[in-house]
Amino acid sequence: MRNQRSAAAGPKAKALGLGIGGIILFFLIWEATPRLGLVSDRYLPPASEVLGRLGQYLTEAAFWKDVADTMTSWALGLVIATVAAIVVGLIIGSSRFLRRATHTTIEFLRPIPSVALIPLAVLIFGTSIESTLLLVVYASFWQVLLQLLYGIADVDAVANDTAKSYGLGPLARVRYVIWPTALPYLMTGLRLAAAVALILAITAELIIGTPGLGKQIALTQSGGAISSMYALVLATGMIGVLINLGARIIEKRVLSWHPSVRGEVVL
Amino acid sequence: MSPLKRIAYFFGLPILLIALWYALSFGSTNFFVPKPIELAQTLWTTWIGERFVDDVLPSLGRLAVGLFFAIGLGIVLGLLIGSTRWLRNLLEPLLEFFRAIPPPVLVPLLMLLIGVNDSMKVAVIISGAIWPVLLNTVEGVRAVDSVLSDSCRSYGIRGFARIRYFVLPAVTPQIMAGVRQSLSIGLILMVISEMFASSSGLGFTIVQFQRNFAIPEMWSGIVVLGLIGLGLAIIFQFVERRVLHWYHGLKEITHDS
Repeated sequence: MRNQRSAAAGPKAKALGLGIGGIILFFLIWEATPRLGLVSDRYLPPASEVLGRLGQYLTEAAFWKDVADTMTSWALGLVIATVAAIVVGLIIGSSRFLRRATHTTIEFLRPIPSVALIPLAVLIFGTSIESTLLLVVYASFWQVLLQLLYGIADVDAVANDTAKSYGLGPLARVRYVIWPTALPYLMTGLRLAAAVALILAITAELIIGTPGLGKQIALTQSGGAISSMYALVLATGMIGVLINLGARIIEKRVLSWHPSVRGEVVL
Repeated sequence: MSPLKRIAYFFGLPILLIALWYALSFGSTNFFVPKPIELAQTLWTTWIGERFVDDVLPSLGRLAVGLFFAIGLGIVLGLLIGSTRWLRNLLEPLLEFFRAIPPPVLVPLLMLLIGVNDSMKVAVIISGAIWPVLLNTVEGVRAVDSVLSDSCRSYGIRGFARIRYFVLPAVTPQIMAGVRQSLSIGLILMVISEMFASSSGLGFTIVQFQRNFAIPEMWSGIVVLGLIGLGLAIIFQFVERRVLHWYHGLKEITHDS
């Protein structure tokens, strides 16, 4: 085992080096494009200028306030959607009748793009955080619910029957049979929902103008502060990367007991 | 299950919900919630005819073009990056970063670079919808069965034939999973690009209705978007069944044994 690991460390380090090289290369090309005049620097400022602006942002309280606003609606929306999806999923999943009866309704509601709700959100909530929440919750709810339903459908019938004949009640069966089977699916749903929730949070801020990074991007764009706009776009990307990494780490932690090493998600 | 029962399951809940909506809105004068019949009428009068040609079709056209390029480029680049190890190592962190950028923030950015026109909107769709296909293809190519890969090599199958008859079929399930995500992202971006900067199109029209407090019209726009989403999902399912029928068959067999 140890030999294997040290043997794998060589190529891994090399891959990491190449990856870092790729990022540096990207920034060099970005730096060169406006400097050589291929694209006007009024539209694409050099990378150094944008990174400098980003560094400056990191010291500003207003920037962190925007980040906090965005992350608050992200987290709040995700929690509401997850709790709702788990409750609804367990209820629907527990009965064949409900699963069949709700199928068409779910298949109809799910593909409605959440941005279709933007005008409704504006009308009801205006530019307050509830507008963002409505979009975030709607979009992430389906991600979690569907994965959970797949997971519950995957419950081994023999295991379930065995639990029944050993006298486990419905609640105990949820806890000891359904929950462990559905958990990997649930984590997949959560990971997808976390990414979608960020997209919708930023979208709401961008289009509706609820406070947060998205609103700031729209403001810098219309105000002509181009390097600030690019810096903010980079910042949202970094938040996205952190969320993806965090979700993967949590998934690994929570499922460390899981015997099968599941392949990447099929969704 | 008898056909009658199946129909009951299929339509039961939707009918129940619409009936409930009808009953609740019957006596109400709530400005924000239209009555079902009113909504159906508005849907008809608002969207059929001129507006369909002026707003809906161009939007759908941009969506189709954007998705076509996003999926095409995603597969080609994915195959290229996936099958060259150094290229994959070089680009992987960068691609992860690009995927993590919430696609809507690219709207103001591309507006600046390209200007406000059709190609900007198509570019927005491509730049958001390409990542799931691209990254799934890369992931799929990396995970191809090594025994099959070696067999191909010892039979001297290489170059285009290798891609056509071995890599592409092996990766298709992954690609289709990516395409599915791309479709919904593409639809979202179509709407957003029109809401943010446009004077026509579905997204623009719906926001316009909302600003003018044309509530039933606004609702009908939401319904139209929902129908488009549903249409895309149905087309996808049809294509997926076609393209992946061998895969689903295989899965059933391995599940049974």
